[in-house]
Amino acid sequence: MQIYLPIAEISVDALLLLGLGGAIGFLSGVFGVGGGFLMTPILIFIGIPPPVAVGTEANQIVASSVSGVLAHWRRGNVDIKMGSILLLGGLLGSSIGVWLFAILRQLGQIDLVIKLCYVTFLGIIGGLMFVESLRAMRRRRGAAPSRGKLHKHTWIHGLPLKMRFRRSKLYISALLPVGVGFVVGVLSALMGVGGGFIMVPAMIYLLGMPTAVVVGTSLFQIIFVTANVTFLQAYANQTVDVVLAILLLTGAVIGAQMGARAGTKLRGEQLRILLAAMVLIVCGKLLFDLTLTPEDVYSLGQNE
Amino acid sequence: MKRAVLVFGILLLAAPARGAPLVVDLSNHLVAITTGFAGAEVLLFGAVDQPGDVVVVVRGPARPITMYRKSRIAGIWVNTAAMTFEKHSSDTGNPPSFYAIASSRPLDEVAPHRVLSRNGMILEELDELELPSAKASKNVEAEWRAALIRNQERIGLYQTEVKRIGFLGERLFRTRLTLPANVPTGIYLVKTVLFVDGAEVSAQTTPLFVSKIGVEAEIFDFAHQQSAWYGVIAILVALVAGWLAHVAFRKA
Repeated sequence: MQIYLPIAEISVDALLLLGLGGAIGFLSGVFGVGGGFLMTPILIFIGIPPPVAVGTEANQIVASSVSGVLAHWRRGNVDIKMGSILLLGGLLGSSIGVWLFAILRQLGQIDLVIKLCYVTFLGIIGGLMFVESLRAMRRRRGAAPSRGKLHKHTWIHGLPLKMRFRRSKLYISALLPVGVGFVVGVLSALMGVGGGFIMVPAMIYLLGMPTAVVVGTSLFQIIFVTANVTFLQAYANQTVDVVLAILLLTGAVIGAQMGARAGTKLRGEQLRILLAAMVLIVCGKLLFDLTLTPEDVYSLGQNE
Repeated sequence: MKRAVLVFGILLLAAPARGAPLVVDLSNHLVAITTGFAGAEVLLFGAVDQPGDVVVVVRGPARPITMYRKSRIAGIWVNTAAMTFEKHSSDTGNPPSFYAIASSRPLDEVAPHRVLSRNGMILEELDELELPSAKASKNVEAEWRAALIRNQERIGLYQTEVKRIGFLGERLFRTRLTLPANVPTGIYLVKTVLFVDGAEVSAQTTPLFVSKIGVEAEIFDFAHQQSAWYGVIAILVALVAGWLAHVAFRKA
């Protein structure tokens, strides 16, 4: 069933979009990531212009994050204080990101920058998670679950503006979550992702938050950051396609609910190693494509 | 389409249309892009008052086209050069966003190359696809131009293969114009030329409108004219959808 997308200005099979939304929504529910890092490249692959894919994906992530965060909210797994501080950086970062996006688009480098961002971040995050999960699994099989030092004191703990986050059981500098939020915000705008795949590991490994509140808190702030990206992309670049977004999010919100249920039945390490593998596969594919000699070294730009 | 067949039938009856050397019409002057749009076919039909050859050229709305060229930097392919094809002198315009051609016989049998070229029937020689010498030297220009045609052809917007125009008897002809799903919107010009013994005898230009109709058009206009409200509504839709899904699943 072909449907014409008014902003993307092409016809796409509506069932394909629903299916894509469902499949990626499921993964987003399981892992607590927006799924944008998989969806945006796939949308570009099926012929949606990259700027429209990025803008629309931000819109869709708003919906899947809302439905995801409500489930976590009821279990009390959202640290609002931490979320708000992350959000502060996130709003600033995503606004700068949308501005950068427009400039890069004009220079004809946006596709490359999007892909390089993916390769870099997916590579680092995927690699770290993979190694970490393997270690955790080995530890579990081993003797006593020696959790190591809970509070490793590094230069990070010397930063000013310390704040107490009760739900996360942390006493750290507010600059840290603001910084994390900022970086993820920029990437969110440039890559059309919620940034959960960077945010979640950063919260666990960098901030040292307990795993239980990580996913809910990440989703909480992703809602606002992606809403900001949606608004700015729609306002400045007219690249948000609501028809496309509605099709994707219909599939995605249903998938996410099912995924969240499936997620509670899986063990943390298994979950993480699965996500790490997926992240590395997407990264490898993108890197491979960048080095592959193109069929035609000439290509058409986006003209308004 | 039924109406077209009817008109075609009437033309058939009134075939020896004296006075007008060339009469042309389209089955449809408006291609409406609606929700289910997956490309369109328009029937072009007409009559001539003497035996000859007919050539049809379809051109989409003119607009600048930017192209990029990649080269390898540290193992990665990067856009390193850009070129924009656009209006470059007072007597040429922007390049056409769409181009298709049809002929009753192979082009080289219809008229001398020079005549065809003057009529815009040789895509490679369109003035609009020229780059001024300030932008590119002669051989560099040829490369860019070939690349533009090749890339537009790949997405179906330049149809370089000459389509057939079928004749019914000596007077009536018809052909199908195919527009892919990604056609740009705007006014298309369909130019039909009658050649007799290699000389242009008569020509007629018919407009064809391609536009978004209905919900699609309204969404597009709203997004471009009320961008801020469009953004707010997009967010609200997402918030409501997410909340609905949560409620639906909690009860289940």
